[in-house]
Amino acid sequence: MTLLAPPHPLEKRVLLRRFDAPRTEPVWIDEYLRTGGYEAIRKALTMEPEQIVEEVKKSALRGRGGAGFPTGMKWSFVDRKSPKPKYAVVNADEGEPGTCKDRILMGYDPHRLIEGVLIGGRAIGACRGWIYIRGEYREYIRIMDRAIEEAYQRGLLGSNVLGSGWEFHLSTHTGAGSYECGEETALLESLEGKRGNPRLKPPFPASSGAFQCPTIVNNVETFCAVPDIILNGGEWYASLGTPKNGGTRLVCLSGHIERPGVYEVPLGMNLLKILNEIGGGVWKGRKLKAVIPGGSSSPVLKAEECDIPADYDSLAKAGSMLGSGATVVLDETTDMARVLARLMKFYAHESCGWCIPCREGTAWLKKISARLEEGIGSERDIETVDRIAQSMFGRTFCPLGDAAAMPAMAIVRKFRGEILEKLAQSEAFAPVTGAQPLAVL
Amino acid sequence: MAKMVTFTIDGRQVTVPAGTLVIDAAKQAGIDIPAFCYYEGFSVQAACRMCLVEVEKMPKLQPSCALPAADGMVVHTETPKVVEARKSTIEFLLTNHPLDCPVCDKGGECELQDMTFRYGLGESRFLEIKHHAGEKQWSPLVFYDPARCILCYRCIRVCDEGLGMAALGLSYRGVAAEIIPNKGDHLECDECGWCIDVCPVGALTSGTYRYKSRPWEMNYVPAICTHCSNGCKTTLSVRNGEILRANNRDRSGINGEFLCVKGRFGFDFVHSQERLQSPLVRRDGRLEPASWGEALKVAAGRVREAIGRNGKFAVIGSTRTTNEENYYLQKFARQGLRTNNIDHHRSGDFITLVDALTGRTGALATVNDLYTCDAALVLGSDLAQQHPLLAVQLRANWRHHRAAVYVVTPGPVREDQYAARSLRAEAGSEVERLEELREQLKARKNLVVLYGASVKGEAVRRLVAFGDSLGIAVKYVCLVDYANSRGALDMGLLPHLAPGYRPVEIPGMHLDAMMAAPDLDVIWVVGANPLEGGREFAAKDAFVIVHELFLTETAQRADVVLPAMSLYEKNGTATNVCGEVQRTKAGPKVMGTKSDLDILGLLAAQLGFDLGVPSHEKVFEEIRRTVRGYSVPLPVLATGGAAQAAPCGPAPVDAQAELVRPSDDTLFTSGTLGKYSKRLTQVMEAPGRLFQP
Repeated sequence: MTLLAPPHPLEKRVLLRRFDAPRTEPVWIDEYLRTGGYEAIRKALTMEPEQIVEEVKKSALRGRGGAGFPTGMKWSFVDRKSPKPKYAVVNADEGEPGTCKDRILMGYDPHRLIEGVLIGGRAIGACRGWIYIRGEYREYIRIMDRAIEEAYQRGLLGSNVLGSGWEFHLSTHTGAGSYECGEETALLESLEGKRGNPRLKPPFPASSGAFQCPTIVNNVETFCAVPDIILNGGEWYASLGTPKNGGTRLVCLSGHIERPGVYEVPLGMNLLKILNEIGGGVWKGRKLKAVIPGGSSSPVLKAEECDIPADYDSLAKAGSMLGSGATVVLDETTDMARVLARLMKFYAHESCGWCIPCREGTAWLKKISARLEEGIGSERDIETVDRIAQSMFGRTFCPLGDAAAMPAMAIVRKFRGEILEKLAQSEAFAPVTGAQPLAVL
Repeated sequence: MAKMVTFTIDGRQVTVPAGTLVIDAAKQAGIDIPAFCYYEGFSVQAACRMCLVEVEKMPKLQPSCALPAADGMVVHTETPKVVEARKSTIEFLLTNHPLDCPVCDKGGECELQDMTFRYGLGESRFLEIKHHAGEKQWSPLVFYDPARCILCYRCIRVCDEGLGMAALGLSYRGVAAEIIPNKGDHLECDECGWCIDVCPVGALTSGTYRYKSRPWEMNYVPAICTHCSNGCKTTLSVRNGEILRANNRDRSGINGEFLCVKGRFGFDFVHSQERLQSPLVRRDGRLEPASWGEALKVAAGRVREAIGRNGKFAVIGSTRTTNEENYYLQKFARQGLRTNNIDHHRSGDFITLVDALTGRTGALATVNDLYTCDAALVLGSDLAQQHPLLAVQLRANWRHHRAAVYVVTPGPVREDQYAARSLRAEAGSEVERLEELREQLKARKNLVVLYGASVKGEAVRRLVAFGDSLGIAVKYVCLVDYANSRGALDMGLLPHLAPGYRPVEIPGMHLDAMMAAPDLDVIWVVGANPLEGGREFAAKDAFVIVHELFLTETAQRADVVLPAMSLYEKNGTATNVCGEVQRTKAGPKVMGTKSDLDILGLLAAQLGFDLGVPSHEKVFEEIRRTVRGYSVPLPVLATGGAAQAAPCGPAPVDAQAELVRPSDDTLFTSGTLGKYSKRLTQVMEAPGRLFQP
């Protein structure tokens, strides 16, 4: 557990505030209570559910899983008067390549997550919650289970939460190793014990989620931000970031960087500043070639495009996305054809197969890009990658197709020259130019 | 009335009920939106992305199968963007498709072929090696080729939602995803083959048809299934007089495309090696082949002789012959042989129902009523086993309209899965538990009651009285067992009732009496097997004439055996369990056989009986004129439709309920015919069991 580096002066630690000194053990209940833990839920229990939602709306907190949907708005869609039970589900399936923040939160400060879910559950009138954790996170499942046990023992969970008369139960649920189950409806299918295929929307989970009941599904980091919002007020949290992009967020720096790790920065901090000052710059004194700014599905940014604020709207304007906050740094020696091949291999492996464009498109992209990586191919193949990605983009059943299409389009468009050069230099196969009606295989 | 919405599609204003999906609304407007996974009546998948359309003010293309029409919506279905999306979907589908169309069963009737043709894709950009998975045999009847599969999930849905069987599922993911059977490497299910029929490509193929023919080589004949009483229309694919397959992909008839294992695969008895193809005449105690002329001469001679000495006749009719044949047979017996000793195997007490419903109209349910009724009550029948179409109709009604289904049976049945309430009662005592359902039934808008053979005699009257006391509209179905069981009753194959349930002056012997009578001179059995299971005629010396397809126990006892045609081989009409009259046409030809109508006509001519021309059209004309309830509209029949015959009216009190005996066939048995179907006996589920969970 060395992912959590010592705090950097430029960081603003809110979610990570209990880790000013390096530690090896999680914050268990006594320490959590001693450091102001479970104060927020005590406060929330004195508030009307509408007030909680209102406070979260004011905070401009947006979903930290990748899509960036305003959390308060999501919660307000739940019909609290519905006679059905309501559920709060934590998406801890953290599968986006490059992302490693939820494990930090669960692994070091599990009670923060429990408190966040309690508040979310309270806001929608839920009676039960689940933390859906990817199966590979065996260690964090163990930690969460122990923390939940502690919370039950202290009356923070159970049939009478803190003597308020409100009943709320929480448990972990293990995923079985599918990226797709990070998509909220596929996660719910999996939670119900079914194959992790996405569901048709509408209805959205807020009206028909887990077991056809109103449900909120939020990322670990989103829930973890909630206790401080309740304690200090939504406006305080919003003021940490930029307008419409409230608060701080965890950045997972990885790749060719001097100081990889998870850092907490206010939203809107300049991307280059994060890389160069917090991350210590590109490793081995090399130059920056590109950055994947928000997990593997976010379109890659060339070095010259990186001088922008790292928030939802600015990155969207730059044609990429903040996504899950996973920032992968690629140095000047990186073979972009190889990056493409590795990413496409991932998406082809993770496509659930439900809809045609994603199932067939990801497999096709994988095969072409594997060829390009070997230096076998022609200019036509690069165009084909672009065309396939375009045929997938916006036409698949769930966002996984887009997640595969976006980086593919970005790489072949921004690094076309580099890939062509690679093909030209390759001894494996003379590049084919011009129209070739059919290849002989 | 439902709220209506008006929207624009391809420049046309369309008004449809709120909630109508754009793909359906387009169809109503005459606009065809292509789709693979969308299947009317089953849950929306939105997986194939073929039905994407452009909707103004929506940035992305929208799947029209998952998009309810809304007021003011403007939809375009053939814009360049849409066409491009469809082309790319087809291109995607063909990347890993084996393109083995020249040897694929589906070639020529494949939706993927048609769509590829429609979107004019001649060239592929796919240069990689295709993903491949080998073909699998799931049962003697169902094969699966994952390489051809486009994963539209139609098969999964018809099996799960349509039948409640849920024998198919999905395994693996991504490009390796494929359909899997419920037992890992094989299927254990109803073996109905519905999945094969709904498959838009050649992924699911029929074990009995695969690699046998091309669809354009066959003639398609609209026939009625000869097995159970539900009266499913089946379109026989016939080549050179041989049935190669049966399905109802054209959705003709009351069953849409549903057929059970018997309807879809159980036709092979027609071409059984054991079919009788030559008349047999008993010489020196042994049955020996004879010519038709000789056999008819022997039979006519003995009959003429018996008539001459005022001998006693007994006639046993069939539950699988056409209405025309049954009508002609009773006429042959009553006017020719001058006897009322005529009967058949009765498998449901419809006679008491006719009597109890005297003077009413609209009290008999149709197959469609089972889909539209608000509530249904099933008494004493394992519907999914014995009346598969009725079971599918009720299930669809529950799925689509939340109909309340109540079940009172001796043991667990599949309908329990979704029944509003299931009660268990000993066979014969079902009606005694009805009071427990009174309050629930009273609250419904209307009710269809289906009762099996264990409800008979007084119980039927009590049932009708119970129905009357509910204060809601109640319709009834008397569940009988075979393809024309109901027609046999209606056509007067009864000792005390002439066609249309008109009493005769002097009732003849009923079946049990015929079996027990020691002094019969001639016993005439048309398409029945009364000696099954070691029974014997008490009349040891009687001359026995048998019309049969096979050398059954009864045929073995015969003195003259006349090889008859099955229902698939002849023209005429049959009446199903709900009284719906449908026309069937001759498909295959089996050399040496004749229809029962022809046989009776030839014998009538030899014996000098004046019974009218034995042509099915003429006889049906006479039925329409004379038999109560049968003045059905001809255009409906001529166009393949079903017209209900509802012969309600005064009938004598004596229903002879003790003669009602169920055959207790399961999904995999079908009386005598079933024994000669290798396919029905080969599947591992056979013979099945009634009232199983």
